[in-house]
Amino acid sequence: MEWLQETYATYQSTLAYIGLNGLLALSVYTTLSCGQLALGNAGFAAIGAYAATLLTMKAGAPFGLSLLLGALLPALVAVPLGLPVFRIRGVFLAIATIGFGEVVRIGLVNWEYVNGAQGIVAIPQKASVGLVWICLAGALFVLSRIRGSKWGFALEAIREDEPAARTMGIHTARYKLAMLVLGAALAGLAGGLEAHFTFMVAPNGFSFGRVVDMLVFAVVGGAGAFYGPAIGAAFLTLLPEVLREVSPHLGIEPGPLRMLVNGLVLLAVILFLPQGLVSLPAWWRERLASRRSA
Amino acid sequence: MSAGLLQVEQLERTFGGLRAVDGASFAVRPGEVHGLIGPNGAGKTTVINLVSGLLAPTGGEIVLEGRPIHGLPPHDIAGRGVARTFQNIRLFPELTARDNVLVGQHRRRRPSLAARMLLLRSAREEERQAGERAAALLTQVGLSERVAERARNLSYGEQRRVEIARALASEPRLLLLDEPTAGMNPVEVQAVAALIRQVASGGRSVLLVEHNVRLVMDVCHRITVLNFGRVIAEGTPAEVSRDPAVIAAYLGNPK
Repeated sequence: MEWLQETYATYQSTLAYIGLNGLLALSVYTTLSCGQLALGNAGFAAIGAYAATLLTMKAGAPFGLSLLLGALLPALVAVPLGLPVFRIRGVFLAIATIGFGEVVRIGLVNWEYVNGAQGIVAIPQKASVGLVWICLAGALFVLSRIRGSKWGFALEAIREDEPAARTMGIHTARYKLAMLVLGAALAGLAGGLEAHFTFMVAPNGFSFGRVVDMLVFAVVGGAGAFYGPAIGAAFLTLLPEVLREVSPHLGIEPGPLRMLVNGLVLLAVILFLPQGLVSLPAWWRERLASRRSA
Repeated sequence: MSAGLLQVEQLERTFGGLRAVDGASFAVRPGEVHGLIGPNGAGKTTVINLVSGLLAPTGGEIVLEGRPIHGLPPHDIAGRGVARTFQNIRLFPELTARDNVLVGQHRRRRPSLAARMLLLRSAREEERQAGERAAALLTQVGLSERVAERARNLSYGEQRRVEIARALASEPRLLLLDEPTAGMNPVEVQAVAALIRQVASGGRSVLLVEHNVRLVMDVCHRITVLNFGRVIAEGTPAEVSRDPAVIAAYLGNPK
């Protein structure tokens, strides 16, 4: 029993980050599922984190309300952002939304009320690992119910051929915006949870690199299935823990080893498993079948 | 402008200096199969793109059931009962034949997301009905065996038929078919001809762009002939096939 408690205490942070990164990966997946590469999610997470933090610390709001509004505010911000940026697509959409994220970060750096670049510390720790995982489960449930519905088919149609989808009567702009809003809410929720788990928020936690991480989680896990991004996040969050154990035996510092292995994993997935880790079982079955027939 | 389901008046569309459609006017009556023919580059596909809203006209009017639709976005035009197929097949390649047809039902289906979130049985019932309608439509175009196949794995002729089923799934008042039999074998062409007649006998109108002259003569009630974006002849198949301007457009002027 003691051993279990000790292990939990050691890996509590890892377990929480599996859930937080899962939520963030899903927040990128929402727009990817209708073929849109929108990368403003570090900005949405920052808005959620700061909003929830300020509500808890300055307004004395109950934690549940802080979290809720921390998800709602970025969702509201996503509407005026989405209306103009979805007029462009592909890499231009990615650049415009990255720009949004940077604007949020730089705005926070220059906002003295929230201590600028230093950020806010001593936030009460109110988020538990369990709560993080419940939120992830909720997000997965919502996405699983969208799949296969009239909505879900509209999203797939937009991803496959947007003009053709429009001639089917699908108001594509509305669906794309809805998914951006949903993604913003998920990112904001993750931001609020993270702030109340790690006791602190700072603008540099929401840099461009953070949204690249989210995208890598989604790609490595597989953006073809709603649960793929969560699996990618879990895999890539656990990997450094494993490497930390291994690195002394290899005589390499954990930090550089992590970067090296992360890069190799990403490369290997893109080259050999373009549908992500979730396609591994199918890939394996195919291999077995072809070996049997040979 | 009363008799027409679709009324096209002085329609014009230019691409830079090119007048792809240059003041074309014609009307499609309810329950009519209306052929739109002409040599390559006559502007037929442009007309289809204008009517379905993928392109906006640079001049003229498109009126559906007395209401102007030119300049409306494609999803609004689809919502008013216009469905189409594409000359260069545009199915959703990674979706199954059935799911392609389910997308085609978009405007007809009740929203079920809230019910799905609450795990209500009504959502499952609605989905079952939609799935059955999709299967029935695929059976109607002779693809009952291929329902669960991904669109990209289907043969050319099969893909064209899925496109027709997907367009019919919205129960359109006006069906725009852009070369539906291109690349099909004669047996498949006969099946499509029968299908077009069946659609029209149900009171729907069909605007048919087609190069297969025999099919056009066979199924169309009336034909509009385009050349260089202008209407050069209009009438029944027999009238059009005798028209000297049509013969000149297709075969060149006799010296």
